[in-house]
Amino acid sequence: MRLFDFFRLNRRNRNTAETARQRLQVLVALDRSGGGGPDFLPLLQRELLEVIRKYVEIDLDRVKVELERGNGFSTLEVNVELPTEHLERRAAV
Amino acid sequence: MSKVIVVTSGKGGVGKTTSAAALATGLAQRGHRTVVIDFDVGLRNLDLIMGCERRVVFDFVNVINDGIRLHQALIKDKRVENLYILPTSQTRDKEALTREGVEKVIAELRKEFAYIICDSPAGIEKGAQMALYYADEAVVVTNPEVSSVRDSDRILGILNSKSRRAEIGEEPMKQHLLLTRYDLDRVQRGDMLKLDDVLEILAIPVLGVIPNDPLVLQCSNVGMPVILEPKSKAGQAYKDSVGRLLGEQIELRFTQPQKRGLVDWLLRRSA
Repeated sequence: MRLFDFFRLNRRNRNTAETARQRLQVLVALDRSGGGGPDFLPLLQRELLEVIRKYVEIDLDRVKVELERGNGFSTLEVNVELPTEHLERRAAV
Repeated sequence: MSKVIVVTSGKGGVGKTTSAAALATGLAQRGHRTVVIDFDVGLRNLDLIMGCERRVVFDFVNVINDGIRLHQALIKDKRVENLYILPTSQTRDKEALTREGVEKVIAELRKEFAYIICDSPAGIEKGAQMALYYADEAVVVTNPEVSSVRDSDRILGILNSKSRRAEIGEEPMKQHLLLTRYDLDRVQRGDMLKLDDVLEILAIPVLGVIPNDPLVLQCSNVGMPVILEPKSKAGQAYKDSVGRLLGEQIELRFTQPQKRGLVDWLLRRSA
């Protein structure tokens, strides 16, 4: 989507206003319905990790939570890296 | 050695976020690991200008108050290597930032990043003071317009008295003027303050003069820092400003009228 926008701009397509309108529609709808951000996420993550920790030891720096907001739906993606015995303990970059 | 740079102005709507996004992107393009932080709690906009608004999960305030790890809140830019965004909360208010919390986050960022760009909220109250407190350098964004110049002077006073450097008596913060929305035609007609007028009043070195450019709006429409648009004069002027921030001697552009040839004239008519 962004790549598409980028090419559009490069081709001097003037209709960036339409892109702005669409981006704003999604955002403003989110803002109005409970104020924008999913505030439950920090708590959700904490509880989720507690459950996982019952079974395996995990490194908190190797947990990645990603949210992709779409027009009709959003995707929540939680990536937890499980350690092997030889896991390198270097700092996450 | 990492550098914390606050982008501030006092007045709202002069181009702080646009400038913070452009400078951070430019520094990253030059190979420096850079993070840009949105300090405008409750009115977050940096993510929109950077085009990553759909990818915000955790934010600056979550890191300070909710035990979220810093690296979980950092958003890696998809276009430029070495560039990260730390968004702020849209739901909390300025009280959510504490000096200790901000200090901890900045100390952690200093370990990983060469440049930490703090996008300040407008005003001179708590939010703006929080953004400038830990800065090593300040970029004061000013429009060639009376109220903006006056507010810039006010914020310079605050930089000199209320920053950490001022409080503990360290070497004063380096300050740079970034004059934005500069309309050379109006300056020549005598309708707009010229660079020298602004410099005479504010008396700080100039980092750059950014011409008024319609592409700035088009870039913000699609969520792209204007410095990534090679055709944009504002983008080119930001590139020069990044060079100067890195200590290079680069002559100012777009501050003197250019002689126009026939081709230029035709191009301008078709643009």
